[in-house]
Amino acid sequence: MMHLRTRFITQNVAKVLIWVAALSTIGVMILILFQILEEGLPVLHLKFFLESPRSMGREGGIFSTIIGTIALTIVALLFATPLGVGTAIFLREYTRESRISRIIRFGTDCLAGVPSIIFGLFGFVFFVIYLNMGWSILSGGLTLSAMILPTVISTTEEAIKSIPYTYREVSYSLGGTKWQTVTRAVLPNALPGIFTGIILSVGRSIGETAAVILTAGSSLIMPTSLFSPIRTMSVHFYILAREGISMEMAYGTGATLILFVLAINIIANWLLNRYIRHRT
Amino acid sequence: MEIKEKLIEKGLLLIAFSSVSILALIAIFIFGEGLPLIWKIGPGAFILGERWVPSQGSFGILPMIVGSFWVTLGALLLGIPLGLACAVFLCEWTPPLAAIFLRPAIQLLAAIPSVIYGFWGLVVLVPLVRNYLGGPGLSILSGSLILGFMILPTIISISEDSLRALPSTYKAGGLALGATHWQTIWRVLIPAARSGIVASIILGMGRAIGETMAMIMILGNAVKMPSSFLDSARTLTTNIGIEMGYASGDHRQALFATGIILFFIIMILNSLAIFLSRRRAG
Repeated sequence: MMHLRTRFITQNVAKVLIWVAALSTIGVMILILFQILEEGLPVLHLKFFLESPRSMGREGGIFSTIIGTIALTIVALLFATPLGVGTAIFLREYTRESRISRIIRFGTDCLAGVPSIIFGLFGFVFFVIYLNMGWSILSGGLTLSAMILPTVISTTEEAIKSIPYTYREVSYSLGGTKWQTVTRAVLPNALPGIFTGIILSVGRSIGETAAVILTAGSSLIMPTSLFSPIRTMSVHFYILAREGISMEMAYGTGATLILFVLAINIIANWLLNRYIRHRT
Repeated sequence: MEIKEKLIEKGLLLIAFSSVSILALIAIFIFGEGLPLIWKIGPGAFILGERWVPSQGSFGILPMIVGSFWVTLGALLLGIPLGLACAVFLCEWTPPLAAIFLRPAIQLLAAIPSVIYGFWGLVVLVPLVRNYLGGPGLSILSGSLILGFMILPTIISISEDSLRALPSTYKAGGLALGATHWQTIWRVLIPAARSGIVASIILGMGRAIGETMAMIMILGNAVKMPSSFLDSARTLTTNIGIEMGYASGDHRQALFATGIILFFIIMILNSLAIFLSRRRAG
């Protein structure tokens, strides 16, 4: 009987420890959000969003950095979405497990693990110097598109995988070709899943700093073309905080970043839930 | 019609090789930029050299390798138990209400930009460490604590997947033998999901070694051999991140050479993790 009791004591101790771990994870997340939002929200007025930074960011707002962030993200998506969706279609619809698909998967998995500073080095020497694009929206966007490619591929693959085989059989039985089946039966149904992946990539693009600062620069001047250098919100936040330019402005920019990230996660979750309910 | 279908298939094959080509380009350009310097000063002197004084042309990255190692080790000491506990919590002991909070919390931890972590560490954690434990506060300890939380989502999601992938008969068998729920988890489920859990830890390790911005803000960036957890340090990534802005000539090549070492470490870790999760799947 004694033995039985110790077993249950062990179980209860383990249970308590696991609860502590789960609660402290939630707690730390709340602490981080609370700290930044508490100090940052009071800074957020309409003027903060609509004015460009003045005197290195000590005064004014963050307008030009918002524009920079959006421009960079759009360029990244324009390149990564077709490549990512195309890769996923090829892997799921055009090939079985083979040597080729194993190589592609290995490459994608490895790319997903490459640290952002390495992407930064690569973007700097390849886009900025070798292709002579300079520190620009284009260099930064292309570098980011390489970073988010694995996310787009894997979420699209998941979405395509979840479509029942019968959809394809119906299309083929109506005389559809492979490409018609993919574009008319598979892709439309995979769209919400693909979209979720794209939204998650947007989140990653907005938060990225190391790769962006080396490829898009940190200029505060309003961009005029794809070849203009820009500063994104994350880079602005980093420079404000690290160089101690203005804690107030840093908190404001940080709170804006967090609000963007929260919004993106809520949208992605909502889409995913709707999608799952729709499927079952 | 036939020709069009063939063309599309070839086009997709070409697209599908984009990620492999990007990986190859990364390797080619970083090696191309950094290898000449490694040859010039010798691989041994570069990797085992303790002096990094770019203005005098001495490029030794041993302090950074040691720094990366300690920070990563610290992050794992925090991240592994916490991550495994959360994974078990989500798979086995989820009161619905707690799961409602824990899952989004983990998602958010994954989504918060690393500069935010760095900033929070700088304004909250660093003063705490400085006031209560001494030292500069900008230290390996502060960095490890932050990194431990940053790698949690990686460890949790992959461990949880591998725990969930186990056949339900494992659990039923354990319980039927009279084991408690905890004994079943500890002696049956976790060992059975071993390779997935190890893969998750290796991927978390890769994230920890690769983290840059948060570490620049928290570690203090001193180029010296760290002697305790309260010393400030510099990692391979922060070495690149701090000096890339103004480096030129040999100095810049030395930063790319640092990138080569980093790339090498990450590729080994990635391959290991991929090998382990394949074995689980196959």
